[in-house]
Amino acid sequence: MKSLIFRTIAPVIVSVMVLFSIFVLLRGHNEPGGGFIGGLIAVAALSIYGIAFGVETVRRAIVFHPLSIAGAGLLLATLSGLLSMLFHVPFMTGLWVYPVILGEEIPLSSVMTFDIGVYLVVVGAVTSIALSLEERGED
Amino acid sequence: MAVSSSPADLSAALVLQPVAALDWLVILPVAWCLAVGAVLLMIRHKSVAQPLVAVAALAVLVGLDAALLWHVAQNGPVTMVMGRWLPPFGIAFTVDLTGALFALTSAVVALIGAVAAIDDINASGRRYGFYPFLMLLMAGVSGAFLTGDVFNLYVWFEVLLISSFGLLVLGSEREQIDGAVKYGFLNLVATTLFLITTGYLYGIFGTLNMADIAAKAPGLQMTAPLVTLTALYTLAFAMKAAAFPVNFWLPASYHTPRIVVSALFAGLLTKVGIYALIRIGVMLFPAEREQLSFVLAIVAALTMLTGSLGALAQSDTRRLLGYLVISGIGAMLAGIAIGSPEAIGGVIFYAVHSMLVMTALYLAAGLAARLSGGFSLTVSGGLYRHHLLFTALSLMLFFAVSGLPPFSGFWPKVMLVKAAIDGGVSWLAGILLLSGFLTMIATGRVFLLAYWRPAPAQTAAVPQPLAITALLPILVLTVSSVLIGLFPETLLNLAQQAAATLNEPSAYLNSVFPAGGAP
Repeated sequence: MKSLIFRTIAPVIVSVMVLFSIFVLLRGHNEPGGGFIGGLIAVAALSIYGIAFGVETVRRAIVFHPLSIAGAGLLLATLSGLLSMLFHVPFMTGLWVYPVILGEEIPLSSVMTFDIGVYLVVVGAVTSIALSLEERGED
Repeated sequence: MAVSSSPADLSAALVLQPVAALDWLVILPVAWCLAVGAVLLMIRHKSVAQPLVAVAALAVLVGLDAALLWHVAQNGPVTMVMGRWLPPFGIAFTVDLTGALFALTSAVVALIGAVAAIDDINASGRRYGFYPFLMLLMAGVSGAFLTGDVFNLYVWFEVLLISSFGLLVLGSEREQIDGAVKYGFLNLVATTLFLITTGYLYGIFGTLNMADIAAKAPGLQMTAPLVTLTALYTLAFAMKAAAFPVNFWLPASYHTPRIVVSALFAGLLTKVGIYALIRIGVMLFPAEREQLSFVLAIVAALTMLTGSLGALAQSDTRRLLGYLVISGIGAMLAGIAIGSPEAIGGVIFYAVHSMLVMTALYLAAGLAARLSGGFSLTVSGGLYRHHLLFTALSLMLFFAVSGLPPFSGFWPKVMLVKAAIDGGVSWLAGILLLSGFLTMIATGRVFLLAYWRPAPAQTAAVPQPLAITALLPILVLTVSSVLIGLFPETLLNLAQQAAATLNEPSAYLNSVFPAGGAP
């Protein structure tokens, strides 16, 4: 889209949205949010970027092919479930560690890595669809 | 994990005893397929590595499923609940002999399909994602066979449905899109019906765990509309399994994709519908299925007859095989209609046989078309003259699908016919035999026209050489069919034990609720 205002403001909106999507993802454990909705926000951000600067720019910006991102997410989610095999608890049991980083206790869990996997699957799969549609539209 | 520090009594909510390593076999087939599918998705553009990884992964899957079958045969049904939550709240994966047998057979079929696809699927099909779709399809199929939760069964149906859409449109030809629309639309209707019925089930029972439902169903027979529920489930799964009169999607779509995809679909998809019918009709609601048994028997008879008559009328081998798939589904439905343990044993045996033989038949049809220049019976011919081994294998497969000894189709037919006569429905036994006879004529016609008849003059000049690698998948499947036919005892015993567990699911229930009885 050749609007100067849109092109100027798009990078700002996109960066805020991507940041917000990660916030929603991490917030999702105890409050509304999570990987799915966070992923959709990130896709919306990438779509805006694509409308402003074209599909090729988005493809360069995310480095990997969207479907590879989805595959990595699926793998991460599966491995988060399989991690419980090492601890003799059933598949997909939530496992927690509490490392203290810079004097602050940070709870990390396999639930979170699973959710990050979901986030990546949604980002990859929906971005792939959005970019293909945008490409068809440009023809 | 240390839980003793917590003041609450966690034993009421969580599984606290450590999980035995062998019990992981319950979930590993699904997790393995998902993980490998994800990796294949990431290396989509490496079209040389794709088939190697997929074939190796599916070989491992066969190993996992074989180990699972062994474990279940030794120790009875095995359960694992996801995330440690106790059933019925945690989603349970419960595997009994039926599920393990179906899962193992489907893995064998997928492995052979993956090997056959090395020849059949070109580089663009691989880039498009044949192998990732295949692995995700297997995740869905294995999940459906291994889960012990009705809603989870629905989720695996969706997983396999989405993957099958992807496989169906591989190549994006106009004909394929047409087939995919018909296939997709009817399957979505069936899935929606399945979902609505599951909501209804949850409204009645307040639980989705199969063992819990099986335990509670007898007490609710007087007060809850369980027959309606069973009828709705039967309709939904009959659509999936392609039973008459909701079978028109199958001949309309199965001939459109690559032949390997057709072979995989014929081996895997309709059998998931049959499995779900067995699970719901025989294990969960046996008394209600009994009330529907006459309707089921009529549907089964019509499915068998339309299938084999349809096969007689076709001149395209792929369409013809589509009708033979339907005819086989009718035979399995007949067993479900009879419902005695012997009949269900016959159904399970028939399903195993049908998975192997239908896949082999599609692969053989693909190979025959490649050798003689087309799927149409009007132009083909002359295979016998140049490809003796291939012709012999095809003939064996034709005999097997018709139910002649000494091939794998014979024993389940015997079991079903005997169960029909014992169950007082001799007319159904007659239809079973008649449909076998019609199938024999239909396949005999294929043999006569495509193999025995001299090739038409314009194609006769170029006898193509046949690589052993192209023949290998068909060879393996035919040999297994012959071996099952010659040494049926192992499979026969397994199928009968599986049917006994379904008929009297106390072992299944104990596996989910070790204390005895639902909370």
